[in-house]
Amino acid sequence: MANITNDEVDVVVVGLGWAGSLMSIELAQAGLKVRALERGEDRNKADSAYPKPADEYAYGVRNKIMVTPRDGALTVRHNLNDTALPTRQWGAFVPGTGVGGSGLHWTGVLIRPTPTDIKLKTYADQAYKPGQLGEGMQVQDFPFTWEEIEPYMDRFDKICGLSGNTGNLQGRILEGGDPFEGPRSSPFPLPALEDTLNTSMFAEAARKLGYHPFPNPSANVSRAWTNPYGNQIAPCNYCGYCSKYPCLNFSKASPQTAVLDSLKRMENFSYRTHANVLRVDLHPDGKTARGVTYADAQGNEVFQPAKIVVLAAFQFVNVRLMLLSKIGPAYDPVSGTGTVGRNYAFLSNGATTLFFKDKNFNPFATAGATGQMFNDVSPGNFDGPALGIIGGAKIHSSQSTGTPISTSLPAGTAGWGQGWKDGMVDWYGHSMKIGITTSCMSYRGHYLDLDPTYKDPWGLPLLRITFDWKQNELKLQQYLRKIVLNITQELGPDSYSEGYLGLDAHWDITKYVSTHNVGGAVMGDSPKTSALNRYLQSWDVHNVFVPGGNAFPQNFQANPTSMIGSLTLWAAQAIKDQYLKNPGPLVSV
Amino acid sequence: MLLASQTSRRKFLLSSLIALPAMGVSVKGLSAAIAADMVAPSLETYKPVFFDAAEWAFIMAACDCLIPGGGRGPGALDTNVPVFVDQQLAGDLGSEIYLEGPFDLKAPATLGYQLPYRPQQVHRNGIKAAQAWCQQAHGANFAALDAAAKTDALKNLQAGKVDFTAFGEEVVGSKFFFGELLALVKQGYLADPIYGGNKGMKAWIAIGFPGARASYLEWVAQHNVKYPLGPVSLSGERG
Repeated sequence: MANITNDEVDVVVVGLGWAGSLMSIELAQAGLKVRALERGEDRNKADSAYPKPADEYAYGVRNKIMVTPRDGALTVRHNLNDTALPTRQWGAFVPGTGVGGSGLHWTGVLIRPTPTDIKLKTYADQAYKPGQLGEGMQVQDFPFTWEEIEPYMDRFDKICGLSGNTGNLQGRILEGGDPFEGPRSSPFPLPALEDTLNTSMFAEAARKLGYHPFPNPSANVSRAWTNPYGNQIAPCNYCGYCSKYPCLNFSKASPQTAVLDSLKRMENFSYRTHANVLRVDLHPDGKTARGVTYADAQGNEVFQPAKIVVLAAFQFVNVRLMLLSKIGPAYDPVSGTGTVGRNYAFLSNGATTLFFKDKNFNPFATAGATGQMFNDVSPGNFDGPALGIIGGAKIHSSQSTGTPISTSLPAGTAGWGQGWKDGMVDWYGHSMKIGITTSCMSYRGHYLDLDPTYKDPWGLPLLRITFDWKQNELKLQQYLRKIVLNITQELGPDSYSEGYLGLDAHWDITKYVSTHNVGGAVMGDSPKTSALNRYLQSWDVHNVFVPGGNAFPQNFQANPTSMIGSLTLWAAQAIKDQYLKNPGPLVSV
Repeated sequence: MLLASQTSRRKFLLSSLIALPAMGVSVKGLSAAIAADMVAPSLETYKPVFFDAAEWAFIMAACDCLIPGGGRGPGALDTNVPVFVDQQLAGDLGSEIYLEGPFDLKAPATLGYQLPYRPQQVHRNGIKAAQAWCQQAHGANFAALDAAAKTDALKNLQAGKVDFTAFGEEVVGSKFFFGELLALVKQGYLADPIYGGNKGMKAWIAIGFPGARASYLEWVAQHNVKYPLGPVSLSGERG
C-alpha cells in the first residue's frame, strides 16, 4: 500500500457506464484531457463473444456482471424509527459494475418521459386541489423545458439507434406510435422490432378496448446502424439473452457498442479499472474540488488531480460520494433542510400471467426490449384527480427473455415432485405476461443518508435508504390492476394469476422490480430543494457535475435511460459552451 | 474428480471425448449430446467434493423426491442434479453475500436475507438438523425412509413444521433450508450442463427450451408455430 499521485487531468469521470462514457467522449472531443475511473473490471468484445452470454445460471441467477452485495451493499429501512439492515443479497434491484455499467446489461427500453412528466409539479398544482395529494409529497419540476431538452433526447436516440414507431413528429400525431409522447424533432432512427405472439395479442386486445398501444421503443436495434460517433451496432437476432446479460450479437446500444470504440481511440482519453473512488477532495475553502482519491486493485490510495470532477456512477454511488465528500448540505427529513439525499424514489411493478394451453409463445425467441405498451394511463392522460392519485404507468406485454429457471406456472401447480415436473412440461412456453411499471412520487420521509453502523470493504459507511410504499402508489397499483384484468378477460386465457401490491403492502426488497432507483441528488431551480442546478452542477462546489438518475426529482413511468443520456449530453454541452469559458456557478442564486 | 471450475469441466469433457476411441467406443454415428452424456460423470461413481458420505446420501434422496424420475420429463438423478449441487457448494457460491455484522435474525422478511451464513453453512446445518429430526421421528436417516415418509418429511420441512432449534440449530429454520435446497435443485435441473446438472440437456428437451442457440431472426415472426429444433449447450452439445 502506498500513496500515489497521478498526473493532473482536465476532467476526471467517476464511473464508465452510460453517463461516464457520454460525458467522456463529449469533453474529450472538445479537446480536454479526460480520465475515467471505473470501480469494476474492464469488459471487452471477448466478454460478449458467443456462446458465453447464453448462460442463464451465470448471468440471470448468479448476477455475473453485477456488483456483489459484498462490495456494493446498501442498508434499507421502512421509516425513520427503524434500524436499517444491509442488502446482503440482491433482490428488488441489482446494480451493475464494470466498464459499461448498467448500460451493458440493461434491457434496452429507451422511452422518453412526456412533457407533463418533466413538469409534474406544475401539472399537480393545476389539476389537483390543495391538500388533495398525499401528505409529505415533494414533487418537483425538472428545471428545463421540453423544447430545451428534446434536442438532447433526439441525439441520444440517434446514439442508440432507437428502433420503433414515431407517435408525434413536430406536433403531428402518427399512426402506430405513441400519441401521448412529446413532439419529436425527428422520427425514430430505425423501424420497430418484430412483434412476438404475446405482444401482438396484447396490442390487438388493448386497441379493441380503446387504448393506444405501440412497440416498446428499443435500443436493441432492428437494422444495422452507424451512430453519430461513427460506431456500428448490428441488427438484433432475437437471441433471448438481454436483460442482465452482455449482448452476444453487439445489437444492444451500450457504452461498448455506441461510445467506447470511438472514445478509446482518442489520445486525450484514458481510463483505469478496479479504481474505486473513495471521495472527492475539496480545496480548503470547500468551494471547488481538486480531484478524487481512489483505491486501486493493489490497495494503494491514489490521488487523481483534476480541474473538473464528474460523478457519473450509479445513482447510489453518486449520492454516497457527495455525502462522504461533504459536497452540499446533507438532507434532514425532520427539519426538511439540506438537499443531498433528498427525494429518493423507486418504482413499482406488477403483472398478470396468462396461461394458454394451445399457444406456443416461443418465449426464448425475443429481443430484450420486445413488447408493446400503452401510455394512456400517464399523468394528464387519465382522470387522476378524480381518483385522488397522481402518477401513471406504462401497461405492457413485454417478452424480455424466455430462459427456463424463471418459468411461471399456473396457480395450484405443485412446487416440486411429479406435479412440478408435469407443470414444466405442460406450461413452459405457454404463458405470457401483462405488466405495469409505475411512477413513484417523492416524499419528505424518503431519503438517502450514511448508515451509522454498516461499512463497506474500504471501511466507509454504507448508504442508507429510507423508503416504503405510500397510499398514492398503492392505490395506483389497484387501479391499474383492473385495467389489466379487462385486457386479460378480452384475451380469454385458460387461467391467469396476478401479482400486485395490496393497500397494506410494505416495500419488499426480496422481489425484483427494476434497477431504476432515482433521486437523492436532484436537479432544480433552488439550492434549498435541489443539490444540483439545471446543468447538473453542484450548487455548492461548482466544478463538480453529477449526471445520472440521482438528478430525477421523482420517478416517472418511463424507463430512466433516455433521460439519463439526454441530461448527460445537455450538461456536457453546458460545460463546453459555458463553464470552460468562465468556470464558476452556471446559475446564480 | 474435481469439476469445480468450468475450465476443468471442459478439459474433462474434452479429454474424455478424445479417449473414447481408445476405450473401444466409436464416436462416429453418435450425436454430440449422446457422446457428452456418456462421458458425463455417472452418479454412482461421482465423488462429492463438498458433501461427506452421509450428507451426499441425503442430497441424493432429496433430489430424487424433489424432481422424481419416471412420468414425463427426466428426474433429478437422471440429470445429475446432485453433481450440480455439490459443485456449486464446493465453488464460490455465496462469496457475493455481504456478511458484516451485526445480524438481526428476527428482521421482517421484507428486508431479505439476514443470516450470518454462506449457503454452504445453510445446507450443512440444515441437513444435519433434518437428519436428526428423521432419526427422532422415524429412527432412521432420511435416505432410509420409505417413499411416503420421505415426501412427508419434505412437506414438514417446507411448511416450517420441523423445529430445528430442538436439534441445536438456532440460525437456520427448516422452511428456509428447504427453500434454499429446492431453488438450487431446480437451478441445477434447468441450468446449462456445463455446471454438472441437466445431463444430456434432458430437462431442456423435455420442456422445449433450445438452450444456447441464441439466434432466432428467422423464427421470431412465426407466431404460434412450435420451434422445431432441439437445444444446444455452451460446450457445443446438440440435442
